[in-house]
Amino acid sequence: MMRSEPRALQLNEHGQLKHFLTLDGLDKTILTEILDRADSFLSMGEQSVKKVPLLRGRTVVNLFFENSTRTRTTFELAAKRLSADVINLNIETSATSKGESLLDTLKNLEAMQSDMFVVRHSDSGAAHFIAEHCTPNVAIINAGDGRHAHPTQAMLDMLTIRRHKGRFEGLKVAIVGDILHSRVARSQLQALTTLGVSEVRLVGPKTLVPSFFEEMGATICHDLEAGLKDVDVVVMLRLQKERMKGALLPSESEFYRLYGLTEETLAWAKPDAIVMHPGPINRGVEISSEVADGDHSVILNQVTNGIAVRMAVMSMAMSGQLQRDDMPVARGEK
Amino acid sequence: MKLDLEHSLASMKAQLASYCEQKNIEDAIVVGIHSGGVWVAEQLMSAVPTQDPLATLDITFYRDDFTKAGLNPKVNQTLLPAIEDRHVILVDDVLMSGRTIRAAMNEVFDFGRPASITLAILYDLGQHELPIAADIVGERLTLNSDQRIKLSGPKPLSVSVIETR
Repeated sequence: MMRSEPRALQLNEHGQLKHFLTLDGLDKTILTEILDRADSFLSMGEQSVKKVPLLRGRTVVNLFFENSTRTRTTFELAAKRLSADVINLNIETSATSKGESLLDTLKNLEAMQSDMFVVRHSDSGAAHFIAEHCTPNVAIINAGDGRHAHPTQAMLDMLTIRRHKGRFEGLKVAIVGDILHSRVARSQLQALTTLGVSEVRLVGPKTLVPSFFEEMGATICHDLEAGLKDVDVVVMLRLQKERMKGALLPSESEFYRLYGLTEETLAWAKPDAIVMHPGPINRGVEISSEVADGDHSVILNQVTNGIAVRMAVMSMAMSGQLQRDDMPVARGEK
Repeated sequence: MKLDLEHSLASMKAQLASYCEQKNIEDAIVVGIHSGGVWVAEQLMSAVPTQDPLATLDITFYRDDFTKAGLNPKVNQTLLPAIEDRHVILVDDVLMSGRTIRAAMNEVFDFGRPASITLAILYDLGQHELPIAADIVGERLTLNSDQRIKLSGPKPLSVSVIETR
């Protein structure tokens, strides 16, 4: 079967989001709308009841084929703050492990009148596959697939940058660490490029920062000082310890010595640079505790922003699913 | 149809001042509903005994027609102070079905339990679908089914009746 183009699959006939699978093909207008709407949800934190009735009566299924407590929790909280009913399914320990096919699992969940699947999978393209095969009117949100994409993580990073820097134009951003295996870095690069930053530098050893990223508009740096020089934003990626055993890296300590973010190496960036990390942090492997907990760190802001971004994406996708040709585009009666 | 906006606003101010005195409301919070309600509320501030700046409310996330019409593409920020046990004066430009006001009251209660809510409306079109009525009304109008009120603002604030067909 021919795969649908990401843009065609993600947008409805009005150009509104109905799935959120990748940032590939989404333009600046849609990304900005996500950020604006997330800003609205962030201000909801000032309410004593931190909940709005937008998705009341809707059922959201967190469909996690790959374990991730943090991401699942923020999606669950986002859905609950929109008043949706949420079911968490850890597929590793359920139906598919008993031999049921993915499509059969999907059909069963659809038969339970689910309205949205939040999908995390170790295979690239899994969310896309599900979006192609699920029944119309069910929105699919990609919560990370293989090495391919993690679009909500990238958008919460964009929200964090915009809230701290107020803009994207003119900014220099360094993404440091294991770029090769990182779906976060791929989505971040797409988002930063679309939103108009001046320069994105991908920093790390040659084994983890392949040169083909230059075709996506990035500058490649294998030297940390050159990579961090005068940047406004430093994004550290988690170094996955399981890969230390392979030939890609000599050792944790070697990596930390060459690419670790410490107070000394951070000094190469601009004095008001912010430090980000998608978590979980390996202290003393990619970042020092002093920096992770220091004045430049916005790592915990990222977590807060993550809930707002996921609320924004979920509400927009549900809205896009509900829009039909015979329905007027959003208006209000007094 | 010719509408006298100045006269309606002056009438609202007089009614509000008298209402607050009658109800012993000494320190109210004026809340305008985006966007027209905020513009009208700005005009009413001088008539209300209050220490607080104008508060604003966007009811987009509280609408009851999300499943029919989707999400409004433009959301303004809701800015409300602590409202627990405070008197709230809720202001909008037009009262038609009453659904916006129902949504606004739901949102207000998510910020706390106010001592009271007073509803002030510039134009009441008398087409209520819910048991909601305004305490303060600038003018009561009866429009044809193809007519709508259009408030433009904030400066200058002006009003017109537009034909939808």
